[in-house]
Amino acid sequence: MTDLQKRSLLKIAALTAVASAALVGCGKKEEPAPVAAPAPAASAPAPKPEPLKIAFAYVGPVGDGGWTFAHDNARKALEKEFGDKISTSFVENVPESADAERVIRDMASQGNKLIFGTTFGYMDPMLKVAADTKGVYFEHATGYKQSENMRTYDTRTYEGAYMAGVIAGKMTKSNVLGVVASVAIPEVLRNINAFTLGAQSSNAKIKTKVVWIGEWFNPPKETEAATSLINGGADILFQNTDSPAVLKTAQEKGKRAFGWDSDMSAYAPKAHLASSAINWAPYYIKATHEVMDGTWKGGGNSWWGVKEGAIDLVSIADDVPAETKAKIDEVKAGLKDGSFAIWKGPIVDNTGKVQIKKDEVADDKFLGGLGFYVKGVEGKVPNGK
Amino acid sequence: MDSYALLLAATLNAGTVLALASLGLLVNEKVGIVNLGAEGMMLCAAIAGFATAVHTGSDVMGFSVGILVGALLAAVFGVLVIWLNTNQFATGLALSLFGTGLSAFVGTAYVQEKLVDRASFAIPYLSDIPWLGVALFRQHPLVYITMALTGAMIWFMYKTRAGLVLRSVGESPESAHALGYPVRFIRLGAVVAGGALCGLAGAYISLIYTPLWAEGMVAGKGWIALALTTFATWRPGRVLLGAYLFGGVTMLQLHLQALGVQIPSQLLNSLPYVATVVVLAVISRNPQWIRINMPASIGKPFYPGS
Repeated sequence: MTDLQKRSLLKIAALTAVASAALVGCGKKEEPAPVAAPAPAASAPAPKPEPLKIAFAYVGPVGDGGWTFAHDNARKALEKEFGDKISTSFVENVPESADAERVIRDMASQGNKLIFGTTFGYMDPMLKVAADTKGVYFEHATGYKQSENMRTYDTRTYEGAYMAGVIAGKMTKSNVLGVVASVAIPEVLRNINAFTLGAQSSNAKIKTKVVWIGEWFNPPKETEAATSLINGGADILFQNTDSPAVLKTAQEKGKRAFGWDSDMSAYAPKAHLASSAINWAPYYIKATHEVMDGTWKGGGNSWWGVKEGAIDLVSIADDVPAETKAKIDEVKAGLKDGSFAIWKGPIVDNTGKVQIKKDEVADDKFLGGLGFYVKGVEGKVPNGK
Repeated sequence: MDSYALLLAATLNAGTVLALASLGLLVNEKVGIVNLGAEGMMLCAAIAGFATAVHTGSDVMGFSVGILVGALLAAVFGVLVIWLNTNQFATGLALSLFGTGLSAFVGTAYVQEKLVDRASFAIPYLSDIPWLGVALFRQHPLVYITMALTGAMIWFMYKTRAGLVLRSVGESPESAHALGYPVRFIRLGAVVAGGALCGLAGAYISLIYTPLWAEGMVAGKGWIALALTTFATWRPGRVLLGAYLFGGVTMLQLHLQALGVQIPSQLLNSLPYVATVVVLAVISRNPQWIRINMPASIGKPFYPGS
């Protein structure tokens, strides 16, 4: 074909490519939920109030079956609760980098009044955008910086980790527990420690091995980490990563494991012992009510757990002995009425130093900056993010 | 001692994915075409294979569909790059992004799905040998097929006439064209074959390696395979070595972490990449050797008319 024909064919092909690229997007999806049309001024007798626009920024894909999946389920619960009084939208796979600022700024400029950033790494970008857009409310998950129109929220995932540990200690035969860990921040260290403390409460002989993969979501790497832990003697696995890969690997190799962030029992019914699930819905509903009532105040931190219905240990396997299940119920009740404390001394770290003295209970400030492994966890804490 | 046998076994498993994808890209690059769309092809094949296996319950069907999808995407890429002479790198990147998005889109329906229980594989008598049995003979058949494939590729490329023609197209398509060979069709054939191998690698990830679907689950292995092909100076044997090396060091560093070795985990996490680059750079340090092995027309478009 001549150069001229080739050029016109190329132009058509390019236009098609651009059109389909615009449709498919670069691996990120923006899904605006259908907006309830605000009544035009000319017609309806009683104009419906404009729906409150709420936006969510997710670090991973909604399809991860774990962390982001849990957030999105809560977003759907929010829509169910408020119906057409709100309109929600989300952007997934927003990286924890300068890119996040662009996305969040975009959300604020699109008329969203309440913006949820669902991962630690959005902290500084959100703070920046919050300073520039005063009429918008920012909720940051798992962070520690607040401002006049930004506050933080988190769940006491360590409570779920502790309860999982209670089961792990009872069910292990090799007395070696394995943890596939993500990024070395206090939250993950708390979970590893709580898991170990829970296991030690039913079996003082256990030891915990930890493998860090440096990411929150990477199914092949999680599989490899799980395999190496099993090869190292662990027969029960725990994870702080976002996909069900660890569970699947455990099932393949005849070991047991726990689900994390969401109920993962469907992925590996034979290996699944229990899932520590997060329910973000109660908090999201509360925040939305506050914005609607005008009582939303920035600067605070909400750290909810079993007591507020944010954390639960679900789908406990049938072969867990009844006495262990009863112990779990006891722990849940104790956490709900405040009579049971996980971080009650004496707690010694694995270098021998006493971190929490006898009968003392660690406060939230201490937990927020936690940077050690308790006795029973092998290895050294990496100098993480 | 036993844990090292398990380590070797895990290495073979981990390296197979990279090896398959790299071999596919090698075939591409031997005819002078760089296909940066490896990641996209692998992801699409992964979801296609997974979806097929969910609906039909058959792994073989899953692999077949994965291969087909990889070949199909590669064919589209091939037509664009060979007949319309679009820039290979840009088109490959576009394919990668397209594949990532398409697979995520199609995959939303399959997130919570699971496959039937995977059978555990073992070669009947060989797998009972004390140490070697555990290390080498309890793998999925595809692991052994990959090794055989590498041998077949070496034989094909360097011992057959067809392989010679293929390589000559990669060295100087103008000369091959002058000799009367259908350069464009040979290139398309190689691109499709390469795509099929990448598709197989993608299907292996979602069916055997991590038998579930999660968006973006290939997690960069396509890009690693691309780098591997280059660092292995386009020799199939070295590609296999590099793939196993990468897989091996990955498993080793996790194994070291599990043992409680006191090296910062971030350093250990970077080991696979560092080790692979260093080893391959050392074996390929002879500049003559590199010049001989790099297909001369890589990345350059071919205009038969000119």
